[in-house]
Amino acid sequence: MNTFTIGGVHPQANKLTEDRKTETAPLPVQAVFPLSQHIGAPAVPCVQKGDRVLVGTKIAEPGGFMSACIHSSVSGKVAKIDTIVDASGLRKPAVFIDVEGDEWEPSIDRSDRLVLQCNMSREEIVERIKACGIVGMGGACFPTHVKLCPPKDCAIDTLIVNAVECEPYLTADHRLMLECPDQIIIGIKIILKVLGIDRAVIGIEENKPDAIAVMRSKTSMVSGIEVMPLRMKYPQGGEKQLIEAVTGRQVPPPPALPANVGCVVQNVGTVYAIYEAVMKNKPLFERIVTVTGKSVKNPCNLKVRMGTPVSQLIEYAGGMPEDTGKLISGGPMMGRPLLDDTAPVVKGTSGLLMLPEKDAARKEERNCIRCAKCVSACPMGLEPYLLATVSQSQEWDVAEEGMIMSCIECGCCQTTCPSNRPLLDWVRLGKNRVGGIIRARNAKK
Amino acid sequence: MAQKLYISTSPHVHGGDSIEKNMHWVITALLPAFIASVIIFGIGALIVTATSVLSCMLFEWLINRYLLKRSSSTLGDGSAIITGMLLAFNLPSNIPLYMVVMGSLVAIGIGKMAFGGLGNNPFNPALVGRVFLLVSFPSRMTSWPVPHQMLAYSDAVTAATPLGLMGYQNDSLPSYLDMFLGNTGGSLGETCALALLIGLVILLWRKVITWHIPVSILLTVAVLTGIMWLVNPVTYADPLTHLLSGGLMLGSIFMATDYVTSPMTKNGMVWYGIGIGFLTVIIRLFGSYPEGMSFAILIMNAVTPLINNWCKPKRFGLTEK
Repeated sequence: MNTFTIGGVHPQANKLTEDRKTETAPLPVQAVFPLSQHIGAPAVPCVQKGDRVLVGTKIAEPGGFMSACIHSSVSGKVAKIDTIVDASGLRKPAVFIDVEGDEWEPSIDRSDRLVLQCNMSREEIVERIKACGIVGMGGACFPTHVKLCPPKDCAIDTLIVNAVECEPYLTADHRLMLECPDQIIIGIKIILKVLGIDRAVIGIEENKPDAIAVMRSKTSMVSGIEVMPLRMKYPQGGEKQLIEAVTGRQVPPPPALPANVGCVVQNVGTVYAIYEAVMKNKPLFERIVTVTGKSVKNPCNLKVRMGTPVSQLIEYAGGMPEDTGKLISGGPMMGRPLLDDTAPVVKGTSGLLMLPEKDAARKEERNCIRCAKCVSACPMGLEPYLLATVSQSQEWDVAEEGMIMSCIECGCCQTTCPSNRPLLDWVRLGKNRVGGIIRARNAKK
Repeated sequence: MAQKLYISTSPHVHGGDSIEKNMHWVITALLPAFIASVIIFGIGALIVTATSVLSCMLFEWLINRYLLKRSSSTLGDGSAIITGMLLAFNLPSNIPLYMVVMGSLVAIGIGKMAFGGLGNNPFNPALVGRVFLLVSFPSRMTSWPVPHQMLAYSDAVTAATPLGLMGYQNDSLPSYLDMFLGNTGGSLGETCALALLIGLVILLWRKVITWHIPVSILLTVAVLTGIMWLVNPVTYADPLTHLLSGGLMLGSIFMATDYVTSPMTKNGMVWYGIGIGFLTVIIRLFGSYPEGMSFAILIMNAVTPLINNWCKPKRFGLTEK
């Protein structure tokens, strides 16, 4: 069974919600839409205070080439355009909408009917995806229309659908495959058409045998789409690791892109969103969120409208457990800590994890004993102990030579460290500084 | 919302590995060799090991408390126990106790704490202590008791070891089986290859170490001594005798694999192992000491920072030029 070759760890999977059918979360009283929910420039609001909006009404335009538009997930009145602390921990501009009823834009096809035939041209499809505000739903939130237009000099031959879901606890992609496999297959066909290729591989880790079986049965009659079970190892859902696991090709260090080795990777959630956008004309304004945690009373998978405050999801799951020490947007390996429960669900919110205090508290940091376990664990073949040390001593040239910019921030090094060293904290800082130095140098040229 | 929340960046969970866990497994892996040493060398082995472990712990505690003025003790991490056990394993079972205590002081004081404690020492502490004793008391350090004098300590009868016989009386070497089980003279923890190999299996099973260092040392020694043996089987002993004699097993499984003083990358570990094997064979065959393992490891300890600079891991996506 395939997997990537360098490093990797095996965190406890803790998939508490894999057998829970997706439920629909209740509508919020007020929905909040931060204007930067994606990589790139923040979106620019195109509504004003007092405007009436419907479900699916565009409320913000892309703020540049690398950006995405944002749609309202509720009907009601724009209360204000203000700031809110989102999952990044920073105060950012956002559109606040008071909910009144649930009235949808008439252009959206709300029926359950499966639409099979797509008569749009490639350009029209990309334009629709852009207009519907689709971004990568695995967590990085890369604008999808940009990703579907790889550089002209790269010959793409494979679409890889990322259904690995290697983050512990999260089951949103898993449930999606069990509940909406047909839509995913159509979505894949749409992307293949856009890319002008005929080969797609769905990568699924072997701990989801039911999803593998379902996707296999749906693809058995379809030529060109293959389901590939992968041996469990974190971070297999990392784009570069997945490409290697599926094709054996390694993406060169930055600034090279997956397209340089002929691959485009799309998260399975994104594929579903593309189906809904292209076939149902439905913008990206709801998604599946796994609400989970070991002490949570009713861990569940919820279909949530964007902008719903996470406090409402916590309430739905039975309230925040007494012993909660950390509230995380996303999974335990790469998720972001939330300051409190007021942050809204955004396009990249794949899960909401309530971590008990005993798991969340960091243990006391000790001397590095040079056990080399971080070096063995690093899936990018870096030396985390060294990068952390030189970041601490601000030796940026050594850090750059040590390829600090290749770090994908998966956290394998830090979870492995027997001395509880905050390796990734330091490496992140180093990456930030070295990235700045490289940009300044390139600007001078 | 009533709870106070932790705010720190990812990863939010830890795998649960700790210094203590690793050290405790090393101690567990050393136990078979310790039991074998008591069976082979009797009460002397017990006395020397106990003295060494206790004095190592005492010195670490004293230095921490009164010289470094640290409030927390580092005894709990178990590294002083390992240093004590390894130092004892490298001593003959009839050595006077004051020498053991001196060796412990040098091992812990100069070998480890002078550099700032666990993690900062460039040389393997136990070997620093051992080599100090070897050059200070060469005769007591190289007269090894004959096995199976269960109640003898300082009055134990001594005899030459297999390595001492090598090159002079190859025909009076003990059998492979005796060497494998440890029924020969030697430092108290080094003779029983069987027990040491059980320790290796434990270390590999618990993923405390990887195979790279021990295997590359043993292979290098086997290959080099094999070549010499093929060239001149009268003067040079066969590779199996070399593998089973002296401190080679103990050194390659427990001393060379010390985290702090060995390289950080897999390819670096292999080069380090080859270096140790090469130097050991050179000293054994051409040096004036019968055994060269301690010196070989210490020399390669000194080279480790250079190896770390030269041997980088295989980077993702970077093709070799």
